Amino acid sequence: MLPSQQYRQPDAGGVLAALHQVNMRYGYLPQDEVRQVAIELGVPLSQVFSAATFYASFSFTPVGRHKLQVCEGTACYVKGAPALMGHLQAELGVAPDQTTEDMTFTLKRVRCVGSCGLAPVVRVDNETFGRLTHSDLGIILDKYR
Amino acid sequence: MPTIVVDGQTLTVPEGATVLQAIRQAGVHLPTLCYWEGLPPYGACRLCLVDVVSPKPDTIAACAYPAAEGMVIETQGPRATAVRKIVLEFLLARCPTWNVIRAMAAEAGVTETRFPASTKADELCVLCGLCVRICRDAVGAAAIGFIGRGPERQVGPPFHLQAEACIGCGACAAVCPTDAVKIEDVDGQRILHTWNTRVPLEPCPSCGQPYAPEPMAFLREHVEASQHLWGLCPACRRKAAAAQLEVIREATFHALR
Amino acid sequence: MPADLEPLHAAGRASLYPDRIKITVGMATCGLAAGADAVYEALSQRIKQRELDAVLVGTGCIGFCQQEPLVDVRLPGQGRVIYTQMTRPRARALVDHLAQTGTLPVDRAWAVIDQEESLVEDRVERFSRLPELSGVPAYSQQPFFASQRKIVLRNCGFVDPASCEEYVARGGYRALAGVLSEMTPQQVIDEVTRSGLRGRGGGGFSAGRKWQVARDVPGETKYVICNGDEGDPGAYMDRTVLESDPHSVIEGVIIGAYAIGAHQGYAYVRDEYPLAVERLTNALAQAEAHGLLGENILGSGFNFRLDLVRGAGAFVCGEETAMISSIEGGSGEPRPKPPYPAVAGLWGRPTVINNVKTFSTVPVIMARGGDWYAAVGAPGNTGTVVFSLVGQIANTGLVEVPLGMTLNDLLEGIGGGSGNGRAIKAVQTGGPSGGCLPARLFDMRITYEEMTSAGSIMGSGGMVVLDESACMVDVARYFLDFTTVESCGKCTACREGTGHLRAILTRITQGQGTPDDLALMEEVGQAVKAGSLCGLGQTAPNPALSTLRYFRDEYEAHVIEHRCPAGKCPVGA
Repeated sequence: MLPSQQYRQPDAGGVLAALHQVNMRYGYLPQDEVRQVAIELGVPLSQVFSAATFYASFSFTPVGRHKLQVCEGTACYVKGAPALMGHLQAELGVAPDQTTEDMTFTLKRVRCVGSCGLAPVVRVDNETFGRLTHSDLGIILDKYR
Repeated sequence: MPTIVVDGQTLTVPEGATVLQAIRQAGVHLPTLCYWEGLPPYGACRLCLVDVVSPKPDTIAACAYPAAEGMVIETQGPRATAVRKIVLEFLLARCPTWNVIRAMAAEAGVTETRFPASTKADELCVLCGLCVRICRDAVGAAAIGFIGRGPERQVGPPFHLQAEACIGCGACAAVCPTDAVKIEDVDGQRILHTWNTRVPLEPCPSCGQPYAPEPMAFLREHVEASQHLWGLCPACRRKAAAAQLEVIREATFHALR
Repeated sequence: MPADLEPLHAAGRASLYPDRIKITVGMATCGLAAGADAVYEALSQRIKQRELDAVLVGTGCIGFCQQEPLVDVRLPGQGRVIYTQMTRPRARALVDHLAQTGTLPVDRAWAVIDQEESLVEDRVERFSRLPELSGVPAYSQQPFFASQRKIVLRNCGFVDPASCEEYVARGGYRALAGVLSEMTPQQVIDEVTRSGLRGRGGGGFSAGRKWQVARDVPGETKYVICNGDEGDPGAYMDRTVLESDPHSVIEGVIIGAYAIGAHQGYAYVRDEYPLAVERLTNALAQAEAHGLLGENILGSGFNFRLDLVRGAGAFVCGEETAMISSIEGGSGEPRPKPPYPAVAGLWGRPTVINNVKTFSTVPVIMARGGDWYAAVGAPGNTGTVVFSLVGQIANTGLVEVPLGMTLNDLLEGIGGGSGNGRAIKAVQTGGPSGGCLPARLFDMRITYEEMTSAGSIMGSGGMVVLDESACMVDVARYFLDFTTVESCGKCTACREGTGHLRAILTRITQGQGTPDDLALMEEVGQAVKAGSLCGLGQTAPNPALSTLRYFRDEYEAHVIEHRCPAGKCPVGA
């Protein structure tokens, strides 16, 4: 059989949807699951891997129980996001894209969550907190600890 | 069939031709990295940028732009030349030690780059994507792909591990314009160093020398014409073909007498 | 009123204007980030405790982020009263006041909405107000809202985004019904063309012309894509519309599909907007259940499916060919144009891609006519534009104004100036693709052409206000850092060029720049603009080039005196 005969065209949005599903289930993309996506969709593994590495939402390493995203959109940037980020790094002892030792938080930068009117903003999982100062951060962290 | 002007030369090009095909047809020298005749245009290297003088002044990538009736193209237009030179400076900084790029840049009059050299001093890859595209679009194996995005982008096998879909054909190395894909045959294996991949080789039934990638066996069913030579390594195949030629020559010789 | 919509209309009116007290909490992402959920919780508990006969609902966003959380109260037959900056104690006090007196408190009553316009139905409904609230300004008199003209945002904050009925009660799906029963596809396109509507994603290409191209290309299979991949940091109007009025977008997409002859569409929404994804998903299911999507829409014989595709965090996917690649196969790699998507897009078929706001405008144009829309705004720049007014500005929020308004009227009139005693130095528009416009240009009119010739772009509408405390070199560095990381990496010019621009800007902010760097930056910037494959690279140098053009003195202070005038950069370090 010609190699290309093993492959078919995925449904529109199919590759992304499948990766999202794995990501939601595990919090990251385990290698075996990515291989499984390629088999199930009938698309080349190279293509699935390519997509998996293209997007900021996907990661290949296990993440903490909570995704802590510091918004670094323009409004947040001019209203003090870098200081919030510095504060959180010191408080948690991790750099962006790293997970705390107790696997509670994975610290992430996000390019804009679109709550610019309430800058600076931090998002934990799907909950967004606005108009933040350093002193608010402790309260927010405690809520998820 | 559109008629267009390339560097003052008027020519008629086939329907559906691109501006780059017209430029090549006109015999104008315009070296590129990501263009390959057998593949759809990609538009990544940006070395085929040319100026459109008419109808609407613009700078375009010739490889992907359809040639349209009445277009006037200048390959050495000021805007396009300036961009091409900067792009070559970018590539010199990316592949600081690579002679292929150095020679290409020198030909365009670029001998130095004003940008800091890449920290990866032995970088040979310019990300033209030909290896990925030939593997996917021509061979149909799609064994390798692009990985990551932006400054992190690279080409490679899934998970940087053995590319299971690789058939060892070596097309990636053959099309690479900068010889960045390293392949060698050692101890009955084809080692594709760049892809962390090894493919077993079948021995030649005549001399026993390992030579044919096992995963390419499927070709036997597809290429009937070569079946009587199939299985022979290139050296034995040459000998066999030469023997046939000898027969033909003798027959011709007798016929002419 | 088409018969199919009548029951929905009646149910919607009953929930919009119930015959008992109605308390509404603004619960889009902004409101929630300001604590709207806690306020909602407090209201709910207190209403129960006090046994107050009231309905409590969450709604979308009215756009006034500065004053969030917002709570509105409507007594039967009366105008809505807006209470700002609500907290749990204030929420409880509000319920107590209602329970004790049956009237509304004046304290924190910021405005009264005593007339509501139903744009699609061309109808204004007037309401009375309690005598004790006679001193509270009308909504239409508050400077923040007075010069706004809400077309895209017509329902935001006025309807419950989870209620298809309320959308219909404000004229929703009426335009669609009219189109399907009375108009040919060509008539729809002609009307959109006549309206002068231009792509609100920022490109500004005529929507009608794009639709015409896609319609004229022969072929049975065509697609419509709604671009909700709002990636510009500082812009959140698409999120707001999707979260607050999802049905307006769906209706617009269906009309667009009918016009070009598509039977399948996709709404691509960015992953960073989980609430928008949730509400749009919900709205799509409702539309299908009510026969507004799917087979034989409203009995017209027209079939159309609309599916949601969730992005995964890549700015470049907002570029239309990258979005197509992302939907087709995964990675968001742009392709050379031509061919344009309207000719050969998704799977090589004619594909119209328009922004969320463009689509949500379409039902109004269909209902009121292209000429009506064309009379709003300025010639050649018809209609309205939505801006997110953020950064160092007193009234942050989402505002919609007629095109052709001056920047000054927007920033001072609506925005109320910096609000911190410092002067506004510049506005950054159009996100990473846009530029910084200095205060001396604030007399400029907001049109696609004037923004572009000033070195910025209209873009998707992000407007980040910068006062004297901002360093323009640092702002440029911020954006180039963004585009370097967000470049897809396909073409040499953008992948390598944005990185080199970032490196130059970084060394300038660190005090290691030289005057030669300024010329180099200019040269590289022009090359990347001219040489890049897609819109991302073609506009990525704009923040650097525009700041260099208007704030050269700040650059010179960095490279000659090794000094940052705003005191932001570690130049001496």
